[in-house]
Amino acid sequence: MKYVDEFRDPEKAKYLLTEIRALVDKLQAGRDRPLQIMEVCGGHTHAIFRYGIETMLPDEIELVHGPGCPVCVLPMGRVDDCVTLAEIPNVIFTTFGDAMRVPGSKKSLLQAKSEGADVRMVYSPLDALQLAKDNPGKEVVFFGLGFETTMPSTAMTVLQAEAEGIENFSLFCNHITIIPTVKAILDSPELQLDGFLGPGHVSMVIGNASYNFIAEQYGKPLVVAGFEPLDVLHAVWMVLKQIDEGRSEVENQYARVVPDEGNMVALNAIGRVYELREFFEWRGLGSIDHSGVRIREEYARFDAERKFAIQSIKIADPKSCQCGEVLKGVIKPWECKVFGGACTPETPLGALMVSSEGACAAYYQYGDVEKIHDLRAAIGADDAHAGETQAAEAS
Amino acid sequence: MCLGIPGRIVKITDSDRKLAMVDVSGVQREVNVACVIEDDEDVQSCIGDWVLVHVGFAMSRIDEAEAAATLQVLNDLGEVQEELAAMQASGSA
Ligand code: SF4
Repeated sequence: MKYVDEFRDPEKAKYLLTEIRALVDKLQAGRDRPLQIMEVCGGHTHAIFRYGIETMLPDEIELVHGPGCPVCVLPMGRVDDCVTLAEIPNVIFTTFGDAMRVPGSKKSLLQAKSEGADVRMVYSPLDALQLAKDNPGKEVVFFGLGFETTMPSTAMTVLQAEAEGIENFSLFCNHITIIPTVKAILDSPELQLDGFLGPGHVSMVIGNASYNFIAEQYGKPLVVAGFEPLDVLHAVWMVLKQIDEGRSEVENQYARVVPDEGNMVALNAIGRVYELREFFEWRGLGSIDHSGVRIREEYARFDAERKFAIQSIKIADPKSCQCGEVLKGVIKPWECKVFGGACTPETPLGALMVSSEGACAAYYQYGDVEKIHDLRAAIGADDAHAGETQAAEAS
Repeated sequence: MCLGIPGRIVKITDSDRKLAMVDVSGVQREVNVACVIEDDEDVQSCIGDWVLVHVGFAMSRIDEAEAAATLQVLNDLGEVQEELAAMQASGSA
């Protein structure tokens, strides 16, 4: 595949790690806490674990896994809405595979499917539109979620449905936008980040100038990064170099895919179909102003929320969940009391355990099991958990 | 869902709706290429191009010159390191 092997070359990784080591030694002199770099995008979280990048990096660098996995931040109430839609008799509910197992307050889409709801996994929203064409007697709903990376695809699908006059297709829009989210994180007081790895594929759509405020107002370096191991290491090195040279700029490591100006065709489609919501509820992070979009009045007939009069109900996350603290990088996934016990990829309690882009699932699947066990023992997490299961069994 | 996959455009299947056949590691699939075609550009001109495909849409053309430039930076890094190592070795001899 194009530029996959080239960006996995171990020889070049070695060069980068040597440079990173040297910079860290220089920067750590006189510092008493690790260098914290947040990767905003879940795709990076996945790559970091898949290739064991965290274990390659010096211990003085801490990667904080940010909120950029759209499946993980989906609130329970919204999953319940999906189930409600899927259970309407004449509806074919279509979704990306990642969303199937996200727990709602009563069930996940997968459970709804096993109980007889017509839920189908599709690769593309265009496949959902085709299903609508093939099943004129049914209502086909597509579950639109994701950041600006997937937003153009659903917007263009709505535009195509309009152009072809397909009336039995609608979109349940749960898209979220990256900038207000990063801003909310930067404004949260617990946080002490030193820099960011910028989301490669979101940037390809919105362009790199959107991040200027991070460099200018918050004085944090941000490097837009690709998803191969060398991309991530290269970007980490670029962030460290900025810190070393006292710069805070927006740089682009992933220029082979991300043009600085973004993608105008995609942005136009987004602008035609969507408008900002006043606020949007996130799992773990609470409500963030202007962090979601909805379908404009003009395209109301393609809006599943209006078509089926969905009344979103807010449902609190389970008490034992610490997804919010993990998302903000305040605690590490293995520090959550239910990690690996009540909450595993097979039976996720929190959404971070569901998708391979979620920090908890990534730790669970690729983390150093023994090290995690020792760390948990050190903070007494397993004892706490043992007590909990016993209590649960007793009740 | 958010990770794209590189593929190569092999033919245009519907130039009005800007649909093309894209080969991704030997698997062919029809993909919408509207986002990688400029308004005044002939749809046919993208045949043979490498694109990043996301959920059925080509979202970006992969820029060979930029890829080469990034790889060159990493190469140079290695050369400098080797030179330094050689210098140190000869210095201490
Ligand atoms: S272990 Fe489960 S509940 Fe705890 S933070 Fe992770 S996903 Fe949330």
